[in-house]
Amino acid sequence: MQTDQILMTFFAGVILLGALGFYLGRSKAARTRAGGTHMHSQPDQYAWFAVLSSAGPAIIAAALAAIVLGVLETAFPGWLAVASALGLGAIGLFLGLNRIRPELRARDSLERTVKWVLLGAASVSVLTTFGILFSILFEAIRFFQMESFWYFITGTEWSPGDSFLAAAGREGGGDGAMFGALPLFAGTFMITAIAMLVAVPIGVSAAIYMAEYAPPVLRDVAKPVLEVLAGIPTVVYGFFAAITVAPLIVAVAESVGLEASFSNALAPGIVMGIMIIPFISSLSDDVISSVPTAMRQGSLALGTTRNETIRYVVLPAALPGIISATLLGVSRALGETMIVVMAAGMRPNLTANPLEDMTTVTVSIVSALTGDNEFGSAATLSAFALGLVLFVVTLALNFVSVMMIRRFRAKYAVNNL
Amino acid sequence: MSQSLDDISRQLKKRHRKSARMKWLSFGALLLAGVFLVLFLADMLIKGLPAFQQAYIQVEVNYSERASELPLAAVEADVRELVSRGYLRLIPNRMEANPDLLGTQRMEWVLADDEVDQYLQGADSSLSAKHKAVVDRLTEAGRAELQFNTGFFTNGDSKLPEMAGLASAAVGSVMLLIVTLAFAFPVGVMTAVYLEEFAPDNRFTRFIDVNINNLAAIPSILFGLLGLAIFINFFGAPRSSALAGGLTLGLMTLPIIIITARAALSSVPDSIRHAAFGVGATRWQTVRDHVLPLSMPGILTGSIIGMAQALGETAPLIIIGMIAFIPDAPTSFTQAATVLPAQIYTWASMPESAYVERTAAGIIVLLSVLITLNATAVYLRKKFEHRW
Repeated sequence: MQTDQILMTFFAGVILLGALGFYLGRSKAARTRAGGTHMHSQPDQYAWFAVLSSAGPAIIAAALAAIVLGVLETAFPGWLAVASALGLGAIGLFLGLNRIRPELRARDSLERTVKWVLLGAASVSVLTTFGILFSILFEAIRFFQMESFWYFITGTEWSPGDSFLAAAGREGGGDGAMFGALPLFAGTFMITAIAMLVAVPIGVSAAIYMAEYAPPVLRDVAKPVLEVLAGIPTVVYGFFAAITVAPLIVAVAESVGLEASFSNALAPGIVMGIMIIPFISSLSDDVISSVPTAMRQGSLALGTTRNETIRYVVLPAALPGIISATLLGVSRALGETMIVVMAAGMRPNLTANPLEDMTTVTVSIVSALTGDNEFGSAATLSAFALGLVLFVVTLALNFVSVMMIRRFRAKYAVNNL
Repeated sequence: MSQSLDDISRQLKKRHRKSARMKWLSFGALLLAGVFLVLFLADMLIKGLPAFQQAYIQVEVNYSERASELPLAAVEADVRELVSRGYLRLIPNRMEANPDLLGTQRMEWVLADDEVDQYLQGADSSLSAKHKAVVDRLTEAGRAELQFNTGFFTNGDSKLPEMAGLASAAVGSVMLLIVTLAFAFPVGVMTAVYLEEFAPDNRFTRFIDVNINNLAAIPSILFGLLGLAIFINFFGAPRSSALAGGLTLGLMTLPIIIITARAALSSVPDSIRHAAFGVGATRWQTVRDHVLPLSMPGILTGSIIGMAQALGETAPLIIIGMIAFIPDAPTSFTQAATVLPAQIYTWASMPESAYVERTAAGIIVLLSVLITLNATAVYLRKKFEHRW
């Protein structure tokens, strides 16, 4: 509640200061101009100048205060920060109004400020990337100070189990905790592999049909259908996998005499594959469509059939793009959370049998952070170590994928990808 | 090596057959994707539609002195197990609010227990044979029936399936989207304007560009880790609040808004800019008065698509704790809240069979909202799209 009121006061204050600045600045400039003096800029520009000189300092001061408060939690009370920020804004308003004179180049300073504000906004996305990297990195380093890095990469037993006892200062707790993430990597790999086995053949074939064969009418229908498939929330896919597909697989496995777990790896894998089809098909479709028509014509003129042209000319040309689409699909599958949380198992299991239950990196992240463990415990921090692995792998995949598509683009001088 | 014409023509036929086969095979793949979609939607509808109907039974409620202390005493023993405990629990409150009720007796349609609901819907029910007989008798007498489930849209979450509804999650989703939009829309549009209209072509600009594309490919769960570390642990935003969740999703939707806004801005022809510069407008005036208004339909379309994605996102919200049990709708941005997909996730992990249909019904509602949003986006694009 406290935070709520402080934020409300601040925003109300800033808006009030800004409105005041606009009104006063504009009326002062209008009065001067009405007096017959030639002014450098328009009244509106003076008004915005006053707004910026009042609200600007207030917002900057408040942002600085928020950062200081983030580092040192009780450096000063929040209301004091808001009061001083608004006070600063009021001083800025006074000074800004004072500076409004005919020779002030309000338009130029407005232009400069706008540019800096826009640059600031553009930096938010850069800051986000670094924010993700560092917030994960710092906690991961804390984790690796407690647990061995090599065992994390190569160990085969994952049981964060009772490490919270150690964090609580209890004797003997934490001895049993093991952080060997290999079974998690194996589970993630297995489910991703199943997903790609479903998504790549179907996705690429669908793309071939759409780009090479489909009549325009069918294309107009099929594209939105695939988009709908891409727009379904993952939590919905997860429910579908857990409630419908998993029991189906168990039933089928039983009918052929195999034993399957209800949280087998096959169900989330298949459903994840369905989810990824549209990503692969839409990018592959774009790539295949941008293979130059001259290559098709050249091939057909040699007397090949349509199939042979596609197989021996179009697909090899489009291959970098298709690989790029596949890698993007892989990175999506690795980071997919809800489907595996809802349909895959919780038990770390190093096995090659997709009918058994196995768990993944993302499931372990979720279970580490939703349990009632102390934040500083190794069990919780392990989530960040796993997150770091996920971050590095997906970034690398994305990087290679971008390189591939760039190579394709350069080779065929395509601009629309 | 010589081949007769017959050989060649046979070979040719084979090749053409193969070609035709390939065509149908690839068509089959597309068809398969469509079949998946149809199967999936059908499955959700079959599972979810029953939840829009809820069993009510007509019982005699006895507002006696005793019932105000022991609500169970308000109804007769044979139907006691059939009435929702949530209804019974509220009897003392109602009697307190309305003292006239004391000592009266009246026939009322009351919410039935979820097992009665399941039984009337024809699903598996754990009701005992005795109770099933009572329900059958009530049905024959017209005293038990399925009615439209308004509670599903007006109630918050509940541990009793028959009382559980989407209202508090829907309010939470709306609040979350307000925060997301308030953050991502201005920042995203400003970034796009900077990159398209102001930025010099230097290394830093290219770095921002690459970075935005990378951001779009980072798994959503990592945004949850960021939100946990930065917004909650560092800036002290309240856990599970719409504020923390909205900002996290805002960062996640940012790349979508930036990419679509850039496309919209770059489709505005340069002649517009040149005309504005020609009459002495500054860069900012040109952008504000001409380029931005002209590209607004495209930017709005992108933002709606981004919002639709944020509405369906669950993983990062789980990380920052938005799966709490929230029976009442939040009234402020710093209160604990839950959202539609998180509610679906919570219900999906409930053991009672009545929750399965509620989960599917929640999914139907969520998908309808998403489809509406996306259809609006497509409509806007079609209606306002400018072909230069």
